[in-house]
Order: sequence, then C-alpha cells, then structure tokens
Amino acid sequence: MLSLERVGKTYPNGVHALDAITLGVVPGEIVVVIGGSGCGKSTLLRAISGLDTPTQGSVLLDGTKITTPHEQIGIIFQEPRLLPWLTVAGNVGFGIEDRPKHERAERVAHALDRVGLSEKANMWPRELSGGQAQRVAIARALVPRPQVLLLDEPFSALDAFTRVDLQDHLLNLWAEFKPTLIMVTHDVEEAIALADRIVVMRPHPGRIADEIEIDLPRPRDRQSAAFDFAKRRVLTALDRSLDRAVGVEHAEQKAAQGAAMWW
Amino acid sequence: MTIAAGQATPEQRRATRDRMARWSRPMLGLALPVGLAVVWEIIVRLGFSDGRLVPPPSRIYQEFAELAQSGELLRHVIATLLRVTVGFGLGTVAGTLLGAIAGYSALVRRVIDPSLQGLRAVPSIAWIPLFILWLGIFETSKVALIAVGVFFPIYLGVVGAVLSVDRKIVEVGRAFRLSGAAMVRRILLPAVLPAYVVSIRAGLGLGWMFVIAAEFMGASEGLGYLLIDGQQLGKPAEIVAAILAFAVLGKITDAIVVLASAPFLRWEDKFRPASEN
Repeated sequence: MLSLERVGKTYPNGVHALDAITLGVVPGEIVVVIGGSGCGKSTLLRAISGLDTPTQGSVLLDGTKITTPHEQIGIIFQEPRLLPWLTVAGNVGFGIEDRPKHERAERVAHALDRVGLSEKANMWPRELSGGQAQRVAIARALVPRPQVLLLDEPFSALDAFTRVDLQDHLLNLWAEFKPTLIMVTHDVEEAIALADRIVVMRPHPGRIADEIEIDLPRPRDRQSAAFDFAKRRVLTALDRSLDRAVGVEHAEQKAAQGAAMWW
Repeated sequence: MTIAAGQATPEQRRATRDRMARWSRPMLGLALPVGLAVVWEIIVRLGFSDGRLVPPPSRIYQEFAELAQSGELLRHVIATLLRVTVGFGLGTVAGTLLGAIAGYSALVRRVIDPSLQGLRAVPSIAWIPLFILWLGIFETSKVALIAVGVFFPIYLGVVGAVLSVDRKIVEVGRAFRLSGAAMVRRILLPAVLPAYVVSIRAGLGLGWMFVIAAEFMGASEGLGYLLIDGQQLGKPAEIVAAILAFAVLGKITDAIVVLASAPFLRWEDKFRPASEN
C-alpha cells in the first residue's frame, strides 16, 4: 500500500509546486494523474520515486518512509533514457546486475519477449525507433519486479498509433504481476484507457482537484459510449480544475470535435 | 548494359563496389604525396635541380636504409619512444586522476582548476630552462616536459567529459540505487569514454611534439638529435628521414589508441557521412 500524507514541495527558489497531496493507492491499482502544464504532476511523481524529497509531509510504502529511490519502486521517464553503451538486453538487465547470470538472462529474455523485442536483444539503442526504445525502457523498469511502477508521461513523445500500441503493451505487462501503476499524462483518452482511478490536479500550487473512478471492464473499447461518457466527465473536471466557467455542453462539444488531447 | 552486369543483383554490385572502395579510398589519399615525390625525382634526375637542399625520394630512401642497416635508426627510435612512453604514461595518469577528481568534486575543482588553467596558459616550452635547472640535462627533465605537455589536454578532456555527462542518464543510475562506486563504473566511466579517447589522442600528439623540443635541448640520441645532427652537418636527407620516422611512429601510436578503444566505442551514435557507408 502506497500512501501520500499531506505531501508538499516548495523549491529553493520559492516556487510552491505541490500543496498537501493526500492519496492512498492499493496494490495493483492503476492511478492516472492528469492536469495542465505546471500543476506539479511530475514533481509529485519524483517525490514518490525518491529522486526528490518533499518539503512537507511524507510518502510511505507499506509504512516505510521514502526519501531515496527504493527497490520496490520503478520509474519510467518521458524519454527512454537507455544507456547507449549497453545493448538492448544489457539495458533491460541493468537493474538486476546482482542476480546470477542465468537468472538474469532468463528474466531479460522473458521481458524482451513480453514487449515483442526478442530479436532486437543484441542491438544498440541507437538502432531502435522511439516506440521500441520506450518498450525497452518499460521492460527495464519491470524486470526487477517493483511493487510500484511510476510513469512520467511515457508516451507523450510518440505518434498516436504507437501510443495506443504501447498502452496495450503496458496493460499486458501489468497483468502479469499487477504492480501498482501511477502514471502522469495529459492525454485524456490514455487516462481512460488505462486508469482505475483518475486524479485531476489543479495548479498554483499543485493540489488534487478531483478524483474520478473508471470502472469500465478491460479491455476497454475506445469507441464505446461509456468510454465517451467517461471522457466527458474527465474533460469537465479538467475545465473545472482551471476555474473555467463552462458547462457540460461545452465539454461535450469539445469531445465531439475530437479534442481528446487535452493540454 | 551487358548481360553479365544485368544479372548481378544490386547486393552483389554493392559488395563489389565496397571491396574496391576499401582499397581505392586510401589510394586516393596517397596520390598527392606520391605524385609530388615522383615529379621531384624526375626533375632531379633530369638535372633541372641538384636536389642538395631538397633531396629527391631516392636519396632519402638511401639515407633511411643506411641508418636502418647500421642500427643507428633503431637506437634513436628506441630512445625517443622510451621518452614518449614514460612521459605520456606519467602525464596520462596525472591528467586522468586530477581530471576525474576535479570533475567529480566541485570543491576540488574550485581549488585546483584556476591554478591549472593559469599554468596551461604558459607555453610548455617555457618550462625548459626551469626543468633543466631543477632536474638536470638528462632524461628526467625531458620526460617531465613531455608529461606536462600530455597532462593538460587529458586533464581538460576528462574534466569536461565528467561535467557534460547527461543528468538524465545519471538519474537512471540513481533510480536503480547505484552506489557511488557502481555509479562511476556503470554510468560515468562509459559515458566519458568517447571524450576520454579523444583527449588521449590529443595528449599523445602533444607528447610527440614535446619529445622533439626535449631532444633539442641537448640529447646524444633520439630522433630529435638526428634532426639537429642533420642540420649541423648539412645533411637534409637525414633530417627528412628523421621527420618520416616521426610521422610513421606518430601514426602508428595513434592507430594503436584508436584500435584499442574501438571495441568499447562501437555503441557510439556518430555522424557517418553517406559515402563512408
């Protein structure tokens, strides 16, 4: 169980990025954090990962306070951040260097198989496409079998087709060990396709504006009416989070125009 | 188009072209010096010039062969090579260690970097009188001068490389909870390697430059001595022979560095001009 207790972050330059975020995430849950630019989404994720420490409150994983990176918490960044001097297989096995060689090889091969890149095992990262590189990054983060996996806008740099493909890959991988996923995005459709719960954030300072449960069965049909309805709810919540005085009709109109990418 | 050419697949044709390119490209680079040498040889043979100050290739070859046969050449080459090796080794070790420490620790960098940058501004040849006073006229002062020449490019290269390691890649190491030593071994070392090899090559080049300066300041053997000897006895062929020996040795040692580092740098995403592929 991952819990955030009144987590706040004020940067040394005085910017108040996060204010009293309280959130409980049960094991295996997929939480998607959504919100406009500068509402502290990434700051929140970095605080959970232990790469940054919050200035107020605390992040607890099973009662342990997280202040530095924890072995049960993996992170996937916006860019793949593969190590260019390691082969694809070397990158995937980066986090399990301490394991015996045969176990490492086995787990790397299995992970590469799951992301569909077995035949690329001996290639260099420079030889991969953007989508393939991000799949390797996902495999690298999952190979140590973390209890919690954090994703910081992992698919935002990819084209629409690749993005949907990778969302499916991610769900597929998640289904194997069911880690807790916390993903930051600004793509409403992505949020609904993946999330059990969507946390909508509002800026200045970053705090939680709304929480929306998505209880659609998986796999989710992006064309269904229920999916569309969920989309409208999220868009409305986002508009409200920015204090835009707009009704549901307006949001409906936006959704109808295909404004699924909400920035 | 002939039938045979029509039957060759594009792959086969490309393979043939690649095989030819492997030989024809270095040949292209040789065309200019060889052409000039041949032209000069002909001019001297035809008597348009006596070739006394600018000896033709045949005379240089003769001189080279004589030096090689008498064992003179080997003696001078070994003396020079030994000085370069020791000086280069000392300069590399010092430059790498200080560069790594100064790159890693901001405090150390603030303390030592300004002084070293100041010393770097001194043309290294200017140290010669001081080194002779301190270390005598024999090997020690020569090796010290070479080491100083090699030290600076390597120190600067290592500091620059460490400071320019991508923060995002270092963060990957942090996310996987690498300890300080593991971070150095698994992230920092591979990340600085390409720039390090470049600075090693620059250092080696300067090492060869400084060995001549060192041997000019009074040596009884070495290729630099051969140069001075050729000048004082009026033997331009001997000077050119020594210069050629320098060129060959410099190229060989540089190639050794390149070849030794190549297996570790295969991952590099380098710009490769289209015609080189």
